[in-house]
Amino acid sequence: MRISKLLLAATATLALAAGAAQAQDTLRIGTEGAYPPFNNLTADGQLVGFDIDIANALCDEMKVKCEFVTQDWDGIIPALQAGKFDAIIASMSITEERKQKVDFTNKYYNTPPAIAAAKDSGINGVSKEDLAGKTIGVATSTIHYNYSELTYTDSTIKGYPTSQEEQLDLASGRIDAINDDISVLEEWLKTPDGACCHIVGTITPIPEIHGPGAGIAVRKGETALVEKFNKAIDAIRANGKYQEINAKYFPYDVYGG
Amino acid sequence: MTLATTADDAMPVPKARAWTRERVAGTMLLGLWAAVFAALAAYLVAAWNPELFSRWAPAYLSGLGTTMLLVVISTLLGAILSVPVAWGRMAKNPVARFLAYCWVYFFRGTPLLAQTFLIYYGAGSFSGWLQEHGLWFFFREAWNCAILAFTLNTSAYQAEILRGAIQSVPKGQWEGAASLGLHTVQTLRKVIMPQALIVALRPYGNEVVLMIKSSAVVALITVPDLMGQTRLAFSRSFDFQTYIWAALIYLAVVEALRHGVDWIERRITRHLKR
Amino acid sequence: MQSALTLLSWGPEGWLDDIFYGAYITVSLALATLPLGLLIGFFVALAKNSEEPTLRLAGNIYTTIFRGLPELLTLFLIYFGAQTGIQSLVKLIRPDAMIEVNSFVSGMVALGVVLSSYASEVFLSAFRAIPRGQYEGGYSIGLSGFQTMRLVVLPQLIRIALPGLANLWLVLLLNTALVSAIGLSDILRQAGIAARVTREPFLFFGLATLIYLGLAVISSIGVRQVERAVGRSEGTR
Repeated sequence: MRISKLLLAATATLALAAGAAQAQDTLRIGTEGAYPPFNNLTADGQLVGFDIDIANALCDEMKVKCEFVTQDWDGIIPALQAGKFDAIIASMSITEERKQKVDFTNKYYNTPPAIAAAKDSGINGVSKEDLAGKTIGVATSTIHYNYSELTYTDSTIKGYPTSQEEQLDLASGRIDAINDDISVLEEWLKTPDGACCHIVGTITPIPEIHGPGAGIAVRKGETALVEKFNKAIDAIRANGKYQEINAKYFPYDVYGG
Repeated sequence: MTLATTADDAMPVPKARAWTRERVAGTMLLGLWAAVFAALAAYLVAAWNPELFSRWAPAYLSGLGTTMLLVVISTLLGAILSVPVAWGRMAKNPVARFLAYCWVYFFRGTPLLAQTFLIYYGAGSFSGWLQEHGLWFFFREAWNCAILAFTLNTSAYQAEILRGAIQSVPKGQWEGAASLGLHTVQTLRKVIMPQALIVALRPYGNEVVLMIKSSAVVALITVPDLMGQTRLAFSRSFDFQTYIWAALIYLAVVEALRHGVDWIERRITRHLKR
Repeated sequence: MQSALTLLSWGPEGWLDDIFYGAYITVSLALATLPLGLLIGFFVALAKNSEEPTLRLAGNIYTTIFRGLPELLTLFLIYFGAQTGIQSLVKLIRPDAMIEVNSFVSGMVALGVVLSSYASEVFLSAFRAIPRGQYEGGYSIGLSGFQTMRLVVLPQLIRIALPGLANLWLVLLLNTALVSAIGLSDILRQAGIAARVTREPFLFFGLATLIYLGLAVISSIGVRQVERAVGRSEGTR
């Protein structure tokens, strides 16, 4: 039984190794596909969003072919480490906690976190007291989860696999508020589903938790790739490509100060 | 890891056994297992992180509590619900038989994960209607949705266990009871069930084990069970040992349960052994 | 809000094609896992049925582990753990090689070991149902151990094990739903994506459930055919 298992693993591995060897100059980009307007899937299964456009622009700049791989958020760093893709471009905030496991490029955008709640919820602010006794939905393994868990100790924190699920539950009234990136919340509030709710305020970012913004993550020690990405980010910021993509999705500058 | 099966291997070995092909293969495989366990132990020792442990141990405990509570409540509710379903499966009335058949077929023919999602997120999309009918207070809570999904699911499996056990009792027992003037309920209670439960014990035990294992999916609808805490711990620490801890806990619980069932079975079948 | 009909249409506007692609993945995964799981399960049963205590112990450790772990956990262990393990092994030989065990292979191996541990129990009880006299008869007419197994024991074994194995097929089909959690685009994952994007969870999870039910119905019909065929071969002997 052992032998047949090993054989199987070996053949599978060899087949895949051959496949990987052919495609050396393509860069595989991991993304989530459930975080509109940054990265999400359309009805015909296409990945779209700010992250995707930025990734494509960066790949053009670096003269490599990019291939996208979708991966659930809470497994996205292990999947990177396991070699399922070479970089994560999925609005991942640069934090000290993550830096122990992966290397980051410079930020490619930075927008503040915020809280959205039902219009009739009576929640008027984002302080611990404002949300005491309420149920807050947050996507797990995010800076927002870490922040909520630390700050809103008098509230019930519910962890969701993606932002879209926490939105579904806020719309149906299962939870009272959600904590997420302001651009993501605003995008959702524009949809019919978001009519129930509004933004009650933005959260002042805490550097130790929220970090300097979203960066591109690569495996530890791949400094050459980080350098290439950093140069490409600078290049698209300089040649106007970044601003073009920014304007396509947001009426304000998402790069931040 | 302790194994019950080693017990009957402990026969006295009078003379040295020959090194047959089987023995060589068996020894090699055991060596392989020993290597795997040694590697695992070495990994756990090397990766041991007291800070990580003290940070997550309470979460794991509360997760285990949630898992066990979910399994106990839904298994008990499922047992109650399984009685009418099993009755329907054995009824003479074709309508009852058909309905019970559909019930069993539906819940055993579709994945529990899909049923759980359907109930949780499905109820969410009818929240307006449910509110009007005063049912929203129930479906609002992920915990209730999980209990409901698991109860319905296990009721179908338990109904089949119950039916199989009752039908395993020979017809003559019914006839014998009838000839003594016992009516149906009396016969069931005094004659059939004591015999059927012996047959059903092992399948019931297996069903509880299956429930413990499949309860790992409730984390996907925000119920913080053991698996949910594990995923949280892993996604925060990116440390693979968090999964190994969970694996050891699940194995310990399931093994304890299996040995418990074995023990009960030995006790209640003592009168059947010569 | 779009009408349910548009959402369920085939093509770029609707999700039906995506969900049927998911059904294709689910069925191929189950079909690919079945022979793997049965083969391993058969050998584990042989080990557990052996008179050699070391073999029995090795087999029992295997089933204890893979029947005791939640399938979802086994999936994660293999998806994240095996990849890293194999990777570090291969790096010893070829440092530049990038190995990818994709989610299909991970799912196949994980579901395969789970299936095999259950299948070994089914095979084992079938082995025990075959009287010793059958083996002795085989040996007495001069068949070797392997020949006795292949010509005498196996045909009876399969017939006895068939109902149990048919049940395991259904369990396997349902267990494939778990691979949605490791990112394989099966029925449930595709339905989940559709539900999130369109905000129609009841519609899409309902559809997914119905597809699983359909697969179960098809399986039952198939199993009945196989059982009838096997039963007939017995009758004509």
